[in-house]
Amino acid sequence: MEPRYIVVGGGLAGLMATIKICEAGGSVDLFSLVAVKRSHSVCAQGGINGAVNTKGEGDSTWEHFDDSVYGGDFLANQTPVKEMCEAAPGIIFLMDRMGVPFSRTPEGLLDFRRFGGTKHHRTAFSGATTGQQLIYACDEQVRRWEVAGKVRKYEGWDVISAVLDKEGICRGIVAQNLVTMEIKVFRGDAVNLATGGPGMIYGRSTQSVICTGSIAGQVYQQGAYLGNPEMIQVHPTAIPGADKLRLMSESARGEGGRVWTYRDGKPWYFLEDMFPAYGNLVPRDIATRAIYQVCYDMKLGVDGQPVVYLDLTHIDAATLDRKLGGILEIYEKFIGDDPRKVPMKIFPAVHYSMGGLWVDFDAMTNIPGLFASGEADYQYHGANRLGANSLLSAIYGGMVSGPAMMQYAQGLKKSCADIPQSVFDAELKRQQNATEKLYNMRGNENPYLLHKELGEWMSEHCTIVRYNKNIQKLEEHIQVLMERYQKLGLPDTGRYANQSVIFARNLWNMLEYGRAIAVGALNRNESRGSHYKPEFPERDDENFLKTTKAKWTPNGPALEWEEVDVQYIKPRPRRYDVDKEASK
Amino acid sequence: MAEVIRLRVKRQDGPGAAPYWEEFDIKYRANLNVIAMLQDIQQNPVNAKGQKTTPVVWGCNCLEEICGECAMVINGTPRQACSALVDKLTKPITVEPLSKFTIIRDLYIDRAKLFNALKKVNAWIPIDGTYDLGQGPKQPPAKADWMYKLSQCMTCGCCAESCPNYSDKSDFIGPAAISQVRLFMNHPTGQLHRDELVDNIMGNGGIADCGKSQNCVRVCPKEIPLTTSLADMNREALKRWFSRGLRF
Ligand SMILES: Cc1cc2nc3c(=O)[nH]c(=O)nc-3n(C[C@H](O)[C@H](O)[C@H](O)COP(=O)(O)OP(=O)(O)OC[C@H]3O[C@@H](n4cnc5c(N)ncnc54)[C@H](O)[C@@H]3O)c2cc1C
Repeated sequence: MEPRYIVVGGGLAGLMATIKICEAGGSVDLFSLVAVKRSHSVCAQGGINGAVNTKGEGDSTWEHFDDSVYGGDFLANQTPVKEMCEAAPGIIFLMDRMGVPFSRTPEGLLDFRRFGGTKHHRTAFSGATTGQQLIYACDEQVRRWEVAGKVRKYEGWDVISAVLDKEGICRGIVAQNLVTMEIKVFRGDAVNLATGGPGMIYGRSTQSVICTGSIAGQVYQQGAYLGNPEMIQVHPTAIPGADKLRLMSESARGEGGRVWTYRDGKPWYFLEDMFPAYGNLVPRDIATRAIYQVCYDMKLGVDGQPVVYLDLTHIDAATLDRKLGGILEIYEKFIGDDPRKVPMKIFPAVHYSMGGLWVDFDAMTNIPGLFASGEADYQYHGANRLGANSLLSAIYGGMVSGPAMMQYAQGLKKSCADIPQSVFDAELKRQQNATEKLYNMRGNENPYLLHKELGEWMSEHCTIVRYNKNIQKLEEHIQVLMERYQKLGLPDTGRYANQSVIFARNLWNMLEYGRAIAVGALNRNESRGSHYKPEFPERDDENFLKTTKAKWTPNGPALEWEEVDVQYIKPRPRRYDVDKEASK
Repeated sequence: MAEVIRLRVKRQDGPGAAPYWEEFDIKYRANLNVIAMLQDIQQNPVNAKGQKTTPVVWGCNCLEEICGECAMVINGTPRQACSALVDKLTKPITVEPLSKFTIIRDLYIDRAKLFNALKKVNAWIPIDGTYDLGQGPKQPPAKADWMYKLSQCMTCGCCAESCPNYSDKSDFIGPAAISQVRLFMNHPTGQLHRDELVDNIMGNGGIADCGKSQNCVRVCPKEIPLTTSLADMNREALKRWFSRGLRF
């Protein structure tokens, strides 16, 4: 019998995995909370990296690889990063062939701009809505496969758990329809979680509201490891907002934007001052800490507020419109000022998770048959992601995981069709009961308020600057929230399109995942990339050049440590005030 | 006393159920948008009469006007709720679901029709495969910029909502899908398939159903030149009609 493939997630990673499977003759059941075209990948603004070296700068895939590993403070396994960087130019050409309207040079070739953490023009872009354009191209190809009968879409479904057989092998999923609220089980020989990041654990972030990390948090409770959950990227430049922290892409600095504040009544370009070699294009963790220091330690935020300026006003308006139009519009629409005329006010915001489901080099979690790709996995970015590397890792992740699912499924001795119905019924029943319990909760805790509180605690204690005693307090408070969760009262008990019940279920998974972030952070007593502890200000390779692997237990996360693959580039100190030393 | 904003929401418990209005008072703060108001109701589901009620059901995702999910009719105009800032809206603020689609519940709607239209017109580049086939075709930069504009369509449905010819009673696929055909037939690879692409909008529900009301271009949140696309495609269809005639 033909193997059955389930892809959960229609962002770039899930769509690319789907295309790869269809192209190789398979068919896919594709699940997504929203129409796949509306997935969070649409938010990506600045661009996608690939060392095509069109500007005579001597760029190479090796240099891209070295920048990425160095940028990630040597925590990423090097083999997959190397392969990703080697595939990058081909991926950009493929996207071009699929019709992505990349910005072009006068010769009609692809244009590239600069991004943080590199000295090369390596970032291909479509105005300032690159993610949107990339996902539209993939969405169109998947629609083509849908018309050809190879893809069956389940849009508007929440995948709520994995079905594991007696041997602990993944045999399918349970999902709930967001409209009819029907809970159903689906058989699959290989399941790919391409479900994106967990930004909502922090309440407000630059991520979309469906980025809860809920299903990752769920399969973690079913035995999947989380890799480096503590590695959360805080982006230096976002617009503070009541409902969302909206990103101002790094491409603003890539195109010449400067960050400053007043000191002694005069503009102080502090990034250029502190990091002469890279200036405004230092990696995100570095810029974020500098802004934090300027605002909180030196109390030099603009008007005493925790904001600094991101300034584009010295660049001519026509260039800005062509290269950054999309993000300038966001600032204008949501703040009302014209960034061509006045500097933008920005502050750092939680943005991306380098950590995620632990996977092997073939994108499989420690649960056989359960794969992960895209932002949901932990594979490519170590302790800090370079800008424009994650559209790349999402697409590349799909290119690896799709074929890997097929190879795995074709090698199975028993297919999901041979597994007794009782296995599927048991997981279905378990989820139906859990949901029924939620419907009947009549306490006085509102799930949305509980979530708000989780976000505030996470943001305060586990972001830019981390102190052990605060993280400890956070971990304890998460347990308090877990107790209060038992007293939830759902504001809606209807049996049709009930968003409260879905949200409440996700909230529990966010609490579990959040706790793993806290415990991972607590136990990493060093500073590396985005993870910064003033009490341990140095990187400590001897003790912590290791992947955190968090395993769920009823008493909280249990940590294990895994050696990092550093076979190509020997770890060296990471500095951005001076030029990077050559690695080869 | 903090300023309070009145929000009137057109609610409906399910498809076919009778709609009703419910009003809410939301505390004002700087940069408040319609989404944040609806989020407030989730956290405190009490209406303006002080009665407990259920949170309003609606769809949203990116909150930066790029995913197209939160389209609704706000003060009579179809638009995205995330970019609807309270400071710029007349009060009280009314919100209603897009009316041209199946209403699932409250403001939450089913827009499968829009995606089916994209299937019908084959809105994609027919690549040979995702294998390493080298660079894509060269393109004039000005044309790439122009295609980028058309390519920003989020399939939100605002154009369809505003179009008098788009309804349950007609098969008209709407302005968005037709504009996509214009995008694809101008791509160097799509150009190789111009005729088939134009054929796709010449039958029932195609370009001939456009009544030229020009409403679509006025409401498009991405300012896509939809009426130019429609006029262009009308011309292409005419050319194609003549050339097909000559070949018989
Ligand atoms: C504002 C912003 C700007 C960015 N800019 C850039 C940039 O310029 N360059 C760059 O490289 N990166 C950028 N990034 C990062 C990048 O956009 C994301 O990391 C990447 O798009 C993630 O893609 P993905 O396929 O992994 O997941 P997503 O696009 O998040 O897709 C996740 C999918 O999973 C589905 N899903 C999730 N849970 C479930 C469930 N339980 N059941 C069913 N379906 C589910 C969702 O519906 C969705 O389809 C940016 C991120 C943000 C927030």
